[in-house]
Amino acid sequence: MDQHLLSIILFTPLAGLAVLLFIPGSSKNAIRLWANVVAFGGFLVSLPLVTRFDKGASGFQFVERAEWIPSLGVQYLIGVDGISMLLIMLTTVFGFIAALSSWNAVDDRVKEYYAMFMLLQTGMIGVFLSLDFFLFYVFWELVLVPMYFIIGVWGGPRKLYAAIKFFLYTLAGSVLMLLGILTLYFQYHAQFGAYTFEIANLMKVVLEPGMERWVFWAFFVGFAIKVPMFPFHTWLPDAHVEAPTAGSVILAAVLLKMGTYGFLRFSLPLLPRASNDAEIVRILAILSIIGIIYGALVCLMQKDWKKLIAYSSVSHLGFCTLGIFALNPNGIAGSVVQQINHGISTGMLFLAIGVMYERRHTREISEYGGIAHVMPKYAIVFAIAMLSSAGMPLLNGFVGEFTILQGAFEANRIWAAFAVSGVILGAAYLLWLYQRVMLGQVTNGKNLRLPDLSAREMVVFLPLIAWALWIGVYPKPYFDILEKPVQELVERVKPGYYHGQAAKAAATEVR
Amino acid sequence: MSQFYTTTDHFVLAPALMLALFGCAILLFDFLLFPNPKDRKWLTLFLLAGEAFCGYGLWRQQAFLSANGMNEITAFQGSLTIDGFALFFNWIFVIATVVVAIVSYHYLEIEGEHHGEYYALILFAQCGMFFLAAGTDLITLFIGLELMALCFYVMVGFLRAERRSNEAAMKYLLLGAFSSGFLAYGFSIMYGISGSTKLSDVASAFASRDPWDPMILLAIATTSVGLLFKISAAPFHMWAPDAYEGAPTTVTAYLSVASKAASFAFLLRIFMGPLATSRPVWEPLLAAVAIATMTFGNLAAISQNNIKRLLAYSSISHAGYMLLGLIAGNRTGLNGVAVYVMVYTFMNLGAFLVVIAMRRKGIAGEDVDDLAGLMHKSPGYALLMLVFLLSLAGLPPTAGFLGKYYIFLSLIETGHYTLAVVATLYVAVAIYYYFRIVKSMFIPEQFEPAPLSTSLGLRVALGVTGVLTLVIGVYPEPFLRMAQTSLMR
Repeated sequence: MDQHLLSIILFTPLAGLAVLLFIPGSSKNAIRLWANVVAFGGFLVSLPLVTRFDKGASGFQFVERAEWIPSLGVQYLIGVDGISMLLIMLTTVFGFIAALSSWNAVDDRVKEYYAMFMLLQTGMIGVFLSLDFFLFYVFWELVLVPMYFIIGVWGGPRKLYAAIKFFLYTLAGSVLMLLGILTLYFQYHAQFGAYTFEIANLMKVVLEPGMERWVFWAFFVGFAIKVPMFPFHTWLPDAHVEAPTAGSVILAAVLLKMGTYGFLRFSLPLLPRASNDAEIVRILAILSIIGIIYGALVCLMQKDWKKLIAYSSVSHLGFCTLGIFALNPNGIAGSVVQQINHGISTGMLFLAIGVMYERRHTREISEYGGIAHVMPKYAIVFAIAMLSSAGMPLLNGFVGEFTILQGAFEANRIWAAFAVSGVILGAAYLLWLYQRVMLGQVTNGKNLRLPDLSAREMVVFLPLIAWALWIGVYPKPYFDILEKPVQELVERVKPGYYHGQAAKAAATEVR
Repeated sequence: MSQFYTTTDHFVLAPALMLALFGCAILLFDFLLFPNPKDRKWLTLFLLAGEAFCGYGLWRQQAFLSANGMNEITAFQGSLTIDGFALFFNWIFVIATVVVAIVSYHYLEIEGEHHGEYYALILFAQCGMFFLAAGTDLITLFIGLELMALCFYVMVGFLRAERRSNEAAMKYLLLGAFSSGFLAYGFSIMYGISGSTKLSDVASAFASRDPWDPMILLAIATTSVGLLFKISAAPFHMWAPDAYEGAPTTVTAYLSVASKAASFAFLLRIFMGPLATSRPVWEPLLAAVAIATMTFGNLAAISQNNIKRLLAYSSISHAGYMLLGLIAGNRTGLNGVAVYVMVYTFMNLGAFLVVIAMRRKGIAGEDVDDLAGLMHKSPGYALLMLVFLLSLAGLPPTAGFLGKYYIFLSLIETGHYTLAVVATLYVAVAIYYYFRIVKSMFIPEQFEPAPLSTSLGLRVALGVTGVLTLVIGVYPEPFLRMAQTSLMR
C-alpha cells in the first residue's frame, strides 16, 4: 500500500466523483451523505501519511514514478516532503469540513456542487504532490474550472463578475508561468540533450543570470497572483465575498497556499541565484510588507464582515511571503506553519460567517451587535477563531507570526519592524469586529431569536479549535517535520548558510 | 518519362480519383434513384463509401512508404508528392469530411434544403484539398485551391431562401476571387523568375538570388496576400465572420476546419519550399500578421452574441497561433502546426456540432443566450461543449493545450520571447469569451423546453470528437508520434 499511498490519496475524490454521477440528482440527502463519506474517506486515507512519514529522511518520500508522455519527457511523478505533507493534510481536513459545512447551506444543484468539490479536491492535492512540472501545471489549471463554477453558480449577487475575474487573473498569471517553465525545459535540453520536466533534473540547469531573473519573474507572476501578493490581490476580495461559504473556506484555507507552495517548491530551488538576488529579495519583501500593512488598514475600513476577513488574508499571506523571502530557516519554517495556521483560523472565520449568513442572510456589520447574548456558544467559537487569527499566544497564529518575525529580524531588522505593525493592526481590526458584532446590547430586533450552533455545526468547528490549540501549545512536531526540507531549501538558495552559522557560533564560544 | 500515365501516377492519384468518382456518382444517383427528398439521406452512404475507398488508397500509400523506407512518392513528373506531410493532412480531411457528412442530412432536412449536390460538393472540395496537401507544382496547387474554393462558394450559399446565406456566398466569392488573382499574380512572378512551375525549381531559383531582390519581394507580397486570405489571417480576415455566419452550420464547420487545414498545408508547402530562403524577408512580416490576427480575432470575439460569429473570430485567432509555429520554423514549431491543426480539427468541429444540435424547427439556436440552461436540459451536450471550449482556449488536460504547448515552446526555443508573451496573454482573453458561452450554459436555471434535435449521426460525431479531444489531452503519446512522423523528412 505504501508505494501507492499518494495515488490513493490523489484519486479518492475522483473515484467518489465517478460514483456520484450515478446517484440521481433528486435524492439530495443521498448525495450529501455520499459526498461527506467521500470527503471523510479522503481524510482517512491521508492519515497513514502522518504516521509513516519519516521526518529524519531527506528528499521526497512515497515517490511514485511512471512514464506519461515519453516524447515530451513528461512523467507521472509524485512524492512528498515535510512541506507538502503538511499542506496535503490541510487539504484533506478542509475537504471534509467544507463538505460537512455545506449540508444545509446548499440546496439547489446539489449534485453538481459536490461534484465540483471533489474535482477541486483532486486538483489541489495534485498540485501539492507533483514533482513533475508538467503534471503540476495540469493540476494547477485543473483547479480553476471547478472553482469558477463554485463561485459562479452558488455565489452571491455579483458572482459572475467575481468568478470570471478569479479565472482570468489566475490564468493570465499561470500562462506566463508556463513560459518560464518552458524556458527551463528548453535550457535543460540545450545543456543535457534530453527533454524532462522532472524538478530534480531541472535543478541542474544553470541559467545565465539575466535569463534566470526573467524566469523568476515569470514564475512570480503565476504564484504571486495566486497568493495573492500586493498589487495582484484585487481578485481576492471579490471572489471571497461572492463565493458560497465552503468555497471561501477552501479558497482561503487551501487554494491560496498553492501560490506560496509554488515559491517554496519551484522558485527557490529551481532559481536559487535569482531568489537570492538582493534586489529581487528586496522587492518581494517590500511587496509583502505593503501587503501586510495595506491589507490590515483596508480591513479597518470594511463594513462587510466577509470582505474584512478576505482582506485579512492579504495581510496574513504577506507574512507568509515575507517569511519565505527572509531566506533563513526560521522564516521559511514559520511561513509554512503560518500557512497552516492561516488555513485553520481563516477557515474557521469564514465558517463562522457562513453560520451567521445562513440565519440572517446579510453580512453588514452594522446589522449585528450583542450576538453573544443570543448565541453564547457561537460567540465563544468566534472568539477562539478571531484570537487565533490575531496571533494570541497559546493559539496557533502566534507561533507562526513569531517565527516569521524572528526570521525577518535576522534578515533585515527594518522589515521586522514594519511587519510587527501588521500584528498590532490585525489585533485591532479583529477585536473591533468582535466588539461590534458580538458585544453590547442587541440593537437589531431580527437578531433576538437566532438559534445557537447546532450539533453538526459544532462538529465542524471542534476539530479546528483542537488543531489551533495543538499548534499553539505544542508546535514542536511541526517544526520537526519541516526541519529537513527547510534545511535543504536554505542550503540550496544560500549555500554555506549552515556552515557560516556554525562558524559564527564557534566564534562566539571562543570569545 | 516516356509513359504518359504510369502505375505510380495512378497509385498516387487514386484517393483523389475515388473522391471525384463518387462525387459524380452521387450527382447521377441522386437524380435517378432518390426523387423523393426524404430518401436523400442514403446519399450519405455513398459519400462514406467514397471516403472508405479514399482512405484505403491513403492507407496503401502509407504502407508503401513505410514498407520501402521511403520518404516520398512523386508522380506526374514531380507535380504531385505523397509524403508524410500530405498523408497527415489527408487523414485530417477524411475525418473532417466524414464527421460533417454524417451530421448533415438531419440538419439540411431541418433547413429544408436537402439536395444531393451537397454531398457531391463536399467530395469535390475534398478532392481539391488533396491537391493542396500533395501538390508540389504551382499549377496543381492553384487548381486544387480553386476546386476547393469554388465548391465552398456554392456550399456557403446553399440556403437559397435565406438572404444571409446569399450575402455570405457573394462576399466570399468576390473576395475569394480577388485574392486568387493576387495568388496567380505571385505564381506568375515565381514562374518568371525560375522558368518552371515546379516548387523545387522555384526554390533553387529563389535560393540563387538575393532575398531582397525586388522581384522576389513582389512575389512574396502577392503570394502572401492570397495565402493569408485563405487562412483568414488579418488584415485579410474580413470575409470569415460573414461567411461563417451566413453559411449552413455544417458548412461553417467544414469551412472552419478542413478548408483551413488545407490552406495551411498549402501555406506550409510554399513558405517552407520556394520561400524558405527568403525567411529574413517574410519572418517579420508574418510575425506582424500573426499578432494582428490574434488581436483582431480575440478582441472582436469578445462582443459577439452570435455563436457562429464568435467561433469565426476565435478561428481567426487560432490561425494566428498556427502561424506562430511557422514563424518559429524549427522542428518543434512545424510539429506544433501539425499537432495544432489536428487538435483544432476535433475541438472546433465538436463546438460546431453542439451549435448544429441547437438548430431546431423554428429556433435558430445561434445566439449565446439560446444555450441558456443547456446543463439542465441535456447535461451531456453542455459538458461536451465545456470540454471543446476549454480545449479551444488551451487549458490542460484537453487536446488544445498540446497545440499551444508546442507553439509556445518553439517560440521560446527560437528566442521569440515577445511573441510568446503576447500569444500567452491572449489565452486569458480567449477564456473570457469562451466562458461567456459556458456561463450561459451552466449558470441560469431557466430554459426553454423545446428538446434538442439530434440524430444518430450527430451523436456519433459528437462522441468521437469529444472523446478524441479528451483522450489527446490526457494520453497524447500516440497522437504526438503520429504528428512527428508526418513531418519527418
